[in-house]
Amino acid sequence: MDFELSEEQVLLKDSVDRFVLDNYGADDRLKLSQTELGFSRDHWKQMAELGWLGMAFPEEVGGFGGGAVETMIMMESMGRGLVLEPFVSTVLLGGALIAEAGSAEQIESIIPSVIEGNLMLAFAYAEPQSRFNLNDVETTATKSGDGYVLSGTKSVVYHGGTADKVVVSARTSGGSRDAEGISLFVVDTNASGVDVRSYQTVDGQRAADIRFDNVSVGADALLGEEGKAAPVIEKIADRATAALCAEAVGAMAAANEITNEYLKTRKQFGIPIGKFQVLQHRMVDMYMEAEQSKSMADMAAMKLDIGYSDETKRAVSAAKSQIGKACKFVGQQSVQLHGGMGMTDEYSIGHYFKRLSTIELLFGNTDYHLNRFSALS
Amino acid sequence: MDLSFTDEELAFQAEVREFLETKLPADVKDRYERGLHFTKEGQVRWQKILNEKGWMAPNWPAEYGGTGWTATQKYIFAQELGRASAPPPIPFGVSMVGPVIYTFGSQEQKDYYLPRILNSDDWWCQGYSEPGSGSDLASLQTKAVRDGDEYVVNGQKIWTSHAQHADMIFCLVRTDSNAKAQEGISFLLIDMNTPGITLKPIIGLDKEHTLNEVFFDDVRVPVKNRVGEENKGWTYAKFLLGNERTSIARISQSKLKVKKLRAIAAEQRTNGGLLQDDTDFMRKLNQIDVDLMALEYTELRMLSRIQKGEKLTAEPSLLKIKGSDIQQALTELSVEALGMYGVAYEAEEIREGRNDQNFAPDYANGPMAEHLYLRAASIYGGSNEIQRNIISKMVLGL
Repeated sequence: MDFELSEEQVLLKDSVDRFVLDNYGADDRLKLSQTELGFSRDHWKQMAELGWLGMAFPEEVGGFGGGAVETMIMMESMGRGLVLEPFVSTVLLGGALIAEAGSAEQIESIIPSVIEGNLMLAFAYAEPQSRFNLNDVETTATKSGDGYVLSGTKSVVYHGGTADKVVVSARTSGGSRDAEGISLFVVDTNASGVDVRSYQTVDGQRAADIRFDNVSVGADALLGEEGKAAPVIEKIADRATAALCAEAVGAMAAANEITNEYLKTRKQFGIPIGKFQVLQHRMVDMYMEAEQSKSMADMAAMKLDIGYSDETKRAVSAAKSQIGKACKFVGQQSVQLHGGMGMTDEYSIGHYFKRLSTIELLFGNTDYHLNRFSALS
Repeated sequence: MDLSFTDEELAFQAEVREFLETKLPADVKDRYERGLHFTKEGQVRWQKILNEKGWMAPNWPAEYGGTGWTATQKYIFAQELGRASAPPPIPFGVSMVGPVIYTFGSQEQKDYYLPRILNSDDWWCQGYSEPGSGSDLASLQTKAVRDGDEYVVNGQKIWTSHAQHADMIFCLVRTDSNAKAQEGISFLLIDMNTPGITLKPIIGLDKEHTLNEVFFDDVRVPVKNRVGEENKGWTYAKFLLGNERTSIARISQSKLKVKKLRAIAAEQRTNGGLLQDDTDFMRKLNQIDVDLMALEYTELRMLSRIQKGEKLTAEPSLLKIKGSDIQQALTELSVEALGMYGVAYEAEEIREGRNDQNFAPDYANGPMAEHLYLRAASIYGGSNEIQRNIISKMVLGL
């Protein structure tokens, strides 16, 4: 057992920290989130040049063979600055699904472009009725000649509006919540019949609802075996969940530092408000939640690097349920301890609150993961 | 970063497991599993078995009789103790005064006391709190006045756990009344058989006798029984409290309790089914299980930092707060699991004295006793409110 970072991992952490320091001052981030794109293509290029977009891919597909721990390190550092680029959507979801389930040709045609920063992806899985159930898929893919025809609606596809291609889950057989019968397809977002409606999300990012209206795709669009995608989706979702947990850990650490500093400088009744015991104890509780969360994010990443079993799933759900709870507590109390300042769009703390609240929801909220943990216990 | 065990570590785990399976006395195990207080005889018998194996003091330096284990081995050992329902040694000797003696004590003190602690020849108790000095420990008033080669001690200690079994007490006493509160305290090792010491039992919420008042009336203590320098006792006292906080989280014990609760939930009937199908109950249990997992890895991260040579300030206070919260939540839920039998409770002596026992399931004996006793977990070792003050000051700089 070893809880320390290796030398290479320390270098990786330092390099992401430096990127965040240079590019993600609170004002920069606010401005960037208000542009039409919602992130920066220059940043994306830098991330590619620094090798981060290839970090999580296996060496066989041209990546650097980093594990969940390397992803955790990057995400924690990005979380400190609330980085806006579509790293999770492109690399950890779309890219990871293709690397995991794709054929040699599919991988060859897509992954190198992702690693070079020339291709953006998204994962369209949620539907209006599905809430957090990954197997609740009503979008259909019907065999037609050599290929398939896709029909259905996907909800809140993060970075769907900027993705060149989306990975779509669709049902090729089975009932609407069966694990069996779900397939994955890689679809060009400019294909005929694809209606992408992009909008802002509360955390300053971008998402899209996507309607597939009899969209014809070739047989080469099918990712992996027909009808057998559920376990692949679950695995990649768990890896992404662990990554989001790490992002939350970074965001909580930053929110706590900002709030702690505010307690030391803001004066009322003639003294810094951090001298009041009731606020000290609140801040200690926020610190403890953040520490417990860091432990869980580390644990989940390390377990994922050992293998993928029911124990891993249970660990990821435990982590997400702890971190979801902590996201709400730290986010809300950070605003509370800032008083009126916490309510402004201009000041950074509210942005941490909103991203933390979002992470609580992504890939299943606290209740969902506590239930999944129970089912696996 | 890596969670896996090496082959050597797996072999070590197997060795510990086998040892506990064959050597842990059944009566000791049963009491511990139920959450009942140990008997002195049973606890000493078990500690001597541990010492014979050389496993009494994993956290001591090897030169004083420690095991020389890595952090991972210590973790494995603690996990296996919990898994086997094996009680860890009583902390007052091996976890509290032992490290103070080998860190600050004289050669003579080390040579005499350390082997006796390892072999459980002396039962120690802790003379810290006084009637007027609880959270404000440094205000303590028990006085030690120098008279030749001896101190004459007068005063009173309170909440002294298991003092009725004790051969020795380590005591904070005031040796300079004119200095600032923290600067006039000394750390004495006192033989409980010294004339002038009297005990008065305090019966607890659980109707059992674990707590005591200890009175000192012209008690003469050799100066050579003082640890370290005169008036520097506060430093040693804080060192001891810091050690106490890392061992107080009782994580492997709580894991055992979760396992036991799952077993009770699989037997306890409710609404025509079993308690384990009651989603409200199971949700509470699983929430605690998640909290416990978070605490376990927080402890491992801290131990890793300590192993690396980093000096932690008040971070272990987190372990104390969260550890005691979890212990209390678990014992509360254990009582809840019993349904109406949660209220059937008698002190052990009265219950054992009956010829006719009630018809409660066997596992009903224990949870309430522990629930009552462990209300103290958020009070002793520095209350959880005081721990928050410490983190606020030392870690957050508020």
